Amino acid sequence: MSPDTERSLARPRGLLLPLLGALPFLGILGGVFFANRMTPYVLGMPFILFWIVLWVVLSSVTMAVVYRLDPGNRQAVDADELAEGTP
Amino acid sequence: MTALMVIAAFLVLAVFLGLRARRGRQMTLEQWSVGGRGFGSVFVFVLLAGDIYTTFTFLGASGWAYGQGGPAFYILAYASLAYVLSYWLLPAIWRYAKEHRLITQADFYARKFDSPTLGALVALVGVVAMVPYLVLQLTGMGIIVSSASYGHLSPHTALVIGTLALTGYVTVSGIHGSAWTSVVKDAMILGVVVFLGVYLPVHYAGGIGAMFHRIDAAKPGFLTLPHSGQSPAWFASTVLLSALGFYLWPHTFSASYSAKNTRVFRRNAIVLPLYQLILLFVFFAGFAAILAVPGLKGSDADLSLLRITVKTFNPWFVGLVGAAGLLTALVPGSLLLMASATSLADSVFRLARPQASDETVARLAKALVPVVAAVALLFAFNGGSTLVNLLLMGYALVTQLFPALLFSLPTRRLITKQGAGAGIVAGVATVAAVTLTNSTVGKLLPGLPQSVKDLNVGVIALAVNLVVLFAVSVLTRAVTARRAAAGPTTVPAADSGR
Repeated sequence: MSPDTERSLARPRGLLLPLLGALPFLGILGGVFFANRMTPYVLGMPFILFWIVLWVVLSSVTMAVVYRLDPGNRQAVDADELAEGTP
Repeated sequence: MTALMVIAAFLVLAVFLGLRARRGRQMTLEQWSVGGRGFGSVFVFVLLAGDIYTTFTFLGASGWAYGQGGPAFYILAYASLAYVLSYWLLPAIWRYAKEHRLITQADFYARKFDSPTLGALVALVGVVAMVPYLVLQLTGMGIIVSSASYGHLSPHTALVIGTLALTGYVTVSGIHGSAWTSVVKDAMILGVVVFLGVYLPVHYAGGIGAMFHRIDAAKPGFLTLPHSGQSPAWFASTVLLSALGFYLWPHTFSASYSAKNTRVFRRNAIVLPLYQLILLFVFFAGFAAILAVPGLKGSDADLSLLRITVKTFNPWFVGLVGAAGLLTALVPGSLLLMASATSLADSVFRLARPQASDETVARLAKALVPVVAAVALLFAFNGGSTLVNLLLMGYALVTQLFPALLFSLPTRRLITKQGAGAGIVAGVATVAAVTLTNSTVGKLLPGLPQSVKDLNVGVIALAVNLVVLFAVSVLTRAVTARRAAAGPTTVPAADSGR
């Protein structure tokens, strides 16, 4: 896939995916200022620890959503495989 | 003795896997260091996970949970953010590396900015940053071997044994060995850590929730971030810096070259954050050690996981835990050693001798392995820092390579090679000055609000880096433009000569 077609594929959702990617940063870097507390305990963990664990899991969920929405993955699968696959 | 025998058996297994993986392949430099660029999702996954789950995860994270409490949670947070970034970052790096058949991280900068000198600078910064990281692995191995000998081997003897094992292992196998040992290591570490993290809190406190309640009652405030010092501002800035620096480690950067295609990275960005949750169990084990083996101070906190293991279990199980720990040092340690040796040979030596053949460079890279190991061993002997502090120092250095990387990615040239080089030098110099004088942001800039004072000093170095990078880029571009305008007839002639 040439860079040009890739760019035109990415354009419609160009901003959406990076914005989704920014969510975990917001949750962890910003969230820690509000979540720095012991109570309530969740799953036996102090709240701050639970909050971080929650965002680690949500990072994975976010990236799964990004992967599904990324048009590059649907098209690039075949192109990648052809260009880079079996030697 | 039983514990040491179990550890030795696993060491032999690791060397055996390394030798097997090598069989039937010609060991060119590309084969030795990037596996011929043919690794799929699973292999790249274990390889990248292989350098992420180091002895630092095992002993450093539990040690910080034991000694520092709440601030240790940063270790759980930063890698997830790095994986999010990797979704966009790694495919761009990989494509360029494949197109130009690059081997090291320094190659990337040298080619992007068309400057072998910049490549050599990046290689040097990478090697300097890797030394504390390598020292960390060796120190970890020393702790494991000496604890598992129940005090029969001194930490220094244990360190030497560990270093010899690592050096021999790297020389024999290269990256193929690392990938296979990674598979064994990951299975073991997963089993051991999850077991310890569940069993120890139940055994000593009756459950995870009960354990946290007891610690909170004994040390109020220990499990959250303090208002000053390692405050939320420190936490956020440290997590951000570490996330930016994550893929800038020379061995991680070049391990990404070994992928078969870009989808490997995008898929791994989904799975790797979950894999990170292993750390949670490491924390649980470290916190349980507060109740079971109290009183370890300073860098001795790193001993807490093994102390509680020795106290709780039979020698054969101690051996199993030790073996898992040894593998977590061996795999990343071998990648670190290999990457620094290859960097020095390929980027620094090539700069001095551009006509050197690939064979000479490959031979030199192998010859440099014991040299780098010996240097790290020297530093390890003079230890005293906790494992986390060693890692933070390495991260502060390696993160200085991030701005130049970021601005090199767009097709339009945003910065010049002089700007990139000057920014890196200024950033690294700031880190060195701050580390040597033992400064904090608060000491450098008194009178600021507490939250600004608590910022990780790496943030200042990064700011200095960015300012110098742009100032020098603008300046060099202006000079080039003026020269072009002053002598229009000479410029095309010079250009065509290139």
